[in-house]
Amino acid sequence: MNIGQSILEALETLNGNKLRSGLTILGIVIGVGAVIAMLAIGQGAQDTITGAISGIGTNLLFVSSGNYLQEVRNPKPLTLGDAQAIGDQFAAPDVLAVAPIIQGRADVTASGQTMSVSVTGTTPQYFVMQNYSLIEGDFLTQDNLQGNASAVVIGPGVADKLFGRRNGIVGESIRINGQPFRIVGILQSKGGGTFGSQDNQVIVPFTTAQTRLIHRSVMNEVDQLYVQVISAQAVPLATDEVKQILRQRHRTPVGVDDFTVFSQADFLSIATTVTGVFTIFLGGIAGISLLVGGIGIMNIMLVSVTERTREIGLRKALGARKRDILIQFLIESSMLSLIGGMIGILLGWLLGFIVGRIAAASGNPFNPAISLNAILLATLFSAAVGLFFGIYPANRAAGLEPVEALRYE
Amino acid sequence: MAKDLVIHAEDLKKVYQMGQVEVHALAGVSCNIQRGEVVAIMGPSGSGKSTLMNILGCLDLPSSGKYVLDGEPVETLSDDQLADIRNRKVGFIFQSFNLLSRTTALANVELPLRYAGKVPDRRERARGALESVGLGDRMTHRPTELSGGQQQRVAIARALVNNPAIIMADEPTGNLDSKVGKEILELLLTLNRDNGTTLIIVTHDQAIATHAQRIIHLRDGLVEEK
Repeated sequence: MNIGQSILEALETLNGNKLRSGLTILGIVIGVGAVIAMLAIGQGAQDTITGAISGIGTNLLFVSSGNYLQEVRNPKPLTLGDAQAIGDQFAAPDVLAVAPIIQGRADVTASGQTMSVSVTGTTPQYFVMQNYSLIEGDFLTQDNLQGNASAVVIGPGVADKLFGRRNGIVGESIRINGQPFRIVGILQSKGGGTFGSQDNQVIVPFTTAQTRLIHRSVMNEVDQLYVQVISAQAVPLATDEVKQILRQRHRTPVGVDDFTVFSQADFLSIATTVTGVFTIFLGGIAGISLLVGGIGIMNIMLVSVTERTREIGLRKALGARKRDILIQFLIESSMLSLIGGMIGILLGWLLGFIVGRIAAASGNPFNPAISLNAILLATLFSAAVGLFFGIYPANRAAGLEPVEALRYE
Repeated sequence: MAKDLVIHAEDLKKVYQMGQVEVHALAGVSCNIQRGEVVAIMGPSGSGKSTLMNILGCLDLPSSGKYVLDGEPVETLSDDQLADIRNRKVGFIFQSFNLLSRTTALANVELPLRYAGKVPDRRERARGALESVGLGDRMTHRPTELSGGQQQRVAIARALVNNPAIIMADEPTGNLDSKVGKEILELLLTLNRDNGTTLIIVTHDQAIATHAQRIIHLRDGLVEEK
């Protein structure tokens, strides 16, 4: 029998029972739609996160205290001394600059408005490393640092909230935890990032933060060190140099390090792994609904075989072989799932689009990405579902005895 | 002589297992039918005439015995080979017409040709068959739009379309009123006269049987000698 004609005939048959075919197709539409949407959202999340990580620069190292991979007893905190040692040109020739970071939260107040923000205490090098630019004013200076100055650079979100504008604020004073600070600069907006919005932060000199805002138990303790490497190629070398210096200073030449050095590549690979697992998880859950849709096809095909027993008997009397009947029913079930799959791809695309819009509206720009792979996968998978769940009913139809089938009422 | 023997059956037996009991639907039936003959198979219900028709029409295989249809021994064939024989050598006409209700008269008549493999002039042959039963103007109608007599004519066209060696009609007029039934019978007999198609009619209507050249009476699975 001619395949094209068989497909036409199958469509005619399905068309003969519109509501039933429609509902069966709906099961597959929802299944495929969910798979496509979930894969797209997972892929979009991955793109956004890796994009944000790529944005932090390829030649940065992040040093923090403690070891995330192995247990280590009494890890020593990082200190300003460590920062200075790493900054030593001769001990670490591949390191361009080091910025110590100390972070906490504080309430800032100005003109009667109060907001809770993240406070970062650091050195002037930090601004260069972070690629910040200013709307107006200046970054913190070496003088600010040495003079324990009450100077602050504020993010645009803080300016909006406290002053209602982003210009002409330099020179104004704000209170951080009740202590007066003079604004020296306003940062350009960087938007939301992986590590929270960078717009709602204030940056003060490390020395000022340490003595007046953020108290740490150990003298000169820092939370993190940002290390700028001379070039992206030198990152492995610089990592080794930093590790050597810290091992010496922390007296752990053998055994487990009590600190961790992360590069951008490390962050990228972790983020990719995490979002990959996340995508598989979402896709797997959506896959369950596709499975349910497939069972729906099987159910309806079984009903159809029973209903059309006489027709099957007649076809056999007219010379249809087992294979002809098998193919006829398999084509019907594949048509159901294929049509469902195609509509499902559209639905998934629509869902992804809507999620993207909602994310954009809530301030976290995010592009669900529908890859060609996902579409191919969903199409193949839905056709396979139709075939797989169609085989049993089709086999049953093909195996009917012509005499019995013709006699069936 | 042997060439003109379209059906040669020897000692056909069919045994059904009904739970503990063996039912002998056919207890050893032998018959020969010549090409171009009109034969009626008669008998009370339960006499085995449906079973005999199913076996002669290759819908079913005998439990034992020998059956040669148009020169081809049938009793050893596989399911697919049987399907092929049914397609090429047998045309069926049923009491309840058994047309596919979703498709047109033309598509119904085409159906056997579609299972016959590559037939280039399928549509033309189906048209020709419909015209020969007087339905040339009803080709695109669906069975629900046709009267009972017209539906049976479509079924006859479908039985004819592959030029089978025999046509098996199972109570062909059973669902029709006597006037239309007569017309259908006339049509079948005309086809027999004009084309020389062998016609086997299963019936218990004596009026129909009188038109046959020969009557095979069955009783309790055996041919009743008269």
